[in-house]
Amino acid sequence: MQYEAVIGLEIHAQLLTESKMFCGCPTKFGAEPNTQTCPVCVGLPGVLPVINKRAIEYVVKTGLALNCEITQYSRFARKNYFYPDLPKGYQISQYELPLCRGGYLEIALNGRRKKIRLTRIHLEEDAGKNIHEGGDYSLVDLNRAGVPLMEIVTEPDIRSAQEAAEFMRRLRMILRYLGVCDGNMEQGSLRCDANVSVRPAGQEGFGVKTEIKNMNSFKFIEKALEYEINRQIRLLSKGEKIVQETRLWDAKRGITESMRSKEEAHDYRYFPEPDLMPVEIDEGWLNEIRAQIVELPDARMERFIKEYNLPEDDARLLTEERAMADWFEEAVRLGGHPKTVANWMMGELLRLLNKDGIQIEDSKVKPAQLVGLLSLIDRDVISGKIAKTVFEEMYQTGREAEVIVKEKGLLQITDTEEIERIVEDILNNNPKEVERFRAGEQKLLGFFVGQVMKATKGKANPRIVNELLRKKLSA
Amino acid sequence: MELYRLGIREAIELISKKEISPLELLESVFQRIDSVEERIKAYVTIERESAFNRARGLENKPMEGKLHGIPVAVKDNICTRGVRTTCSSRILENFIPPYESTVTSRLTVQGYILAGKTNLDEFAMGSSTENSAFFITRNPWDTERVPGGSSGGSAAAVAADECIAALGSDTGGSIRQPAAFCGIVGLKPTYGRVSRYGLVAFASSLDQIGPLTKCVEDAAILLNIIGGHDHHDSTSVAMSVPDFTSALGMDIKGLKIGIPREYFIEGVDKEVENGVRDAIKRLESLGAVPLEISLPHTEYAVATYYILATSEASSNLARYDGVKYGLRMDGENLIEMYMNTRHHGFGAEVKRRIILGTYALSSGYYEAYYRKAQQVRTLIRQDFENAFKEVDVIITPTTPTPAFRIGEKTRDPLQMYLSDIFTIPVNLAGVPAISIPCGFSGEGLPIGLQIIGRHFDEENILKVAYAYEQDTEWHKRRPVL
Ligand SMILES: [Zn+2]
Repeated sequence: MQYEAVIGLEIHAQLLTESKMFCGCPTKFGAEPNTQTCPVCVGLPGVLPVINKRAIEYVVKTGLALNCEITQYSRFARKNYFYPDLPKGYQISQYELPLCRGGYLEIALNGRRKKIRLTRIHLEEDAGKNIHEGGDYSLVDLNRAGVPLMEIVTEPDIRSAQEAAEFMRRLRMILRYLGVCDGNMEQGSLRCDANVSVRPAGQEGFGVKTEIKNMNSFKFIEKALEYEINRQIRLLSKGEKIVQETRLWDAKRGITESMRSKEEAHDYRYFPEPDLMPVEIDEGWLNEIRAQIVELPDARMERFIKEYNLPEDDARLLTEERAMADWFEEAVRLGGHPKTVANWMMGELLRLLNKDGIQIEDSKVKPAQLVGLLSLIDRDVISGKIAKTVFEEMYQTGREAEVIVKEKGLLQITDTEEIERIVEDILNNNPKEVERFRAGEQKLLGFFVGQVMKATKGKANPRIVNELLRKKLSA
Repeated sequence: MELYRLGIREAIELISKKEISPLELLESVFQRIDSVEERIKAYVTIERESAFNRARGLENKPMEGKLHGIPVAVKDNICTRGVRTTCSSRILENFIPPYESTVTSRLTVQGYILAGKTNLDEFAMGSSTENSAFFITRNPWDTERVPGGSSGGSAAAVAADECIAALGSDTGGSIRQPAAFCGIVGLKPTYGRVSRYGLVAFASSLDQIGPLTKCVEDAAILLNIIGGHDHHDSTSVAMSVPDFTSALGMDIKGLKIGIPREYFIEGVDKEVENGVRDAIKRLESLGAVPLEISLPHTEYAVATYYILATSEASSNLARYDGVKYGLRMDGENLIEMYMNTRHHGFGAEVKRRIILGTYALSSGYYEAYYRKAQQVRTLIRQDFENAFKEVDVIITPTTPTPAFRIGEKTRDPLQMYLSDIFTIPVNLAGVPAISIPCGFSGEGLPIGLQIIGRHFDEENILKVAYAYEQDTEWHKRRPVL
């Protein structure tokens, strides 16, 4: 029998606000335990939450970018459960009236486009962290408690592990474009759980689903879901039943494993948070937020193709990251030729950045410097070959091309007489090759060019070298 | 006259004229505490040393604040930095807050002196202070009787002159009912008028802090200070606070007072009813116009309240888990630690309400209980809104009976809950109300008159209360101790 997978995702994205969701504590990662806390996020008796407006704006921004309907009167709700990392004994979340409803994200896979519908996007606070360091006790770090967390829930529209991973890639790209989440899956600022079931192809109803957790990279999302889909198909083919449960992805062993069954599931006793008034998002505020939304990857790619005459592949690669696209446009604005800039970025710059694992925004070499280098090439001050060496130096030190060229004596030799002398030396020293060339072996021209370049340490102007060689050889 | 007998206005007047000093006033109050506290037991913590230090610090300072050197008692569910705040519960018996509530910060700015923290029913759950985990506070008029609750400690401290004024909190009548039982003034402001930041939550959508005082003017003075928006409390309303004392003394001619028929029913003590009816006649003689009105959903108020208040409480009290502060009992594992801590930390009434509230919010019951109760709450609020289209204030008895005997109702929680039958609808509607003395029973027990106003119209209820008070002598009577 042919089976079809049905997958829905539940994504948690930590928002890039300066302060926490309901108090003024900073959200910086990696501080000493319990140093980024106050009476409010520790849940002392008598404290009250105050909404961080910036967090609301980030969620609404995301909702607008994902075609959601924005709820005019949204409410917070309490989700009640006991756990040591949850200081109040409840998490402030949203239940009946989330900030955003509906919406979709379009993905493209193997040339096919597909809309994945969203159920809702809501805002909640993160919990702290339990630390087990051996011994018969645990410690609690509340630095993360109260950090704003956006939850995005999709409809069960996803049909394969690849689609799920592609959805996450697209979503991450958009969240990073909007500047609302850094998208770091390893550190957990972007987390993804999946509801997975399978059914005979063509069947309308859903099968029994499992919830898969702990997939902290795109690769693991793909592998874990692949595994889980096959596991379920295997069971059903043998006539066995799927148990509704939560399963954890074990990356080391490459399997999903049962964590808890539905019988142990909580009754969270949601009810409206009485300490907070409903959030009203009126037209004025909505327009303000809408105005803050930057051009998104798809639109920007289209524009790059039209405006800069770039091939689609170049445009796609350059618009994957907002910082990359900004870098490109800045270089073009400063006078760089679009395709040349694109080539340098996708060739030299990305190669070096990837090698060192550096983000483009942290690159020492800036758009203005690349443009400076390109202008040296255009003006025949240096050769294209030398330019690569110069660029490496710029990348390492962040210095200007012109300074490096002067300091290292890399100025191109454009003195025809000097080059002529060298060309003659080369021809005199290689009589056999000269003979073969004259006998018709035209490709030996490259050999002579190479010899000249070697003798000039690559500084000879290649156009002049070519001209002189042709002239002398045909004489 | 003994200085401890003074109210805020009188004491401030004497201090500003330099006829008395803050230290003299404080010495008098503490002499009074020394002589009567053993019989009354109003205080959980007496702040003798810090109070005297503060009084000495104010001694020769120019008078800057409106409470310069005034000793005030604060209910022990309002957080005071560095001063133990117990909620009269074992679970917070040794809890010392590292931060100050907004109301006490505002009192501090005005130069008040914290006399001590007063007893209450554990986590403000009760109507007699018999639910305190530590001891029962006595009614100064008859020490065999309860002072009411949950702000029984604050009410008794004011009535016994163990302070000049006090703060309490009112969720279903916890300021007004003990004020009525102890023969003093108790004001529950409009929900949102006073910041709740630092008030240990019982039922967040109902809790409100307010003054317990010896006269109406003192209540207005304190409300002037504690009222107003606070950026720490999103439910506090960004509305300017009028000077409530300026409404006092204005005449009440032509003012319409509503008499809801649902509040004059069987079960109301005859002496209480007569006291209230006499008060209405007195107000009529001052020019007010009484009108019979109806608040048709009154009979559902107590049931509605006990679903909503317990639901919120079950969540608000989840933080007392032994992990971060307060009592922790050991256990073999996490769940046992939770259970042992909460088993030993909470008293019977608190547990009863946590269980009730947990049940009402549980999946499968939420619609029938919590949501239904919210709908009824809306109807009750509309009752008041409709009534206030016809009248300016509403007058009722504060309680169906005068103070009852210690132990009289402890065995039957339902009987106890019914003692708040006339105060609960006010919290559900969120409107303000004041209780003032309006007579005494044959046994010499005070009777309370409740005056209810429109949302954010504390001015009218203070105006009516003051007019009545100035025309009567009840507030001048003091218990013999
Ligand atoms: Zn904090």
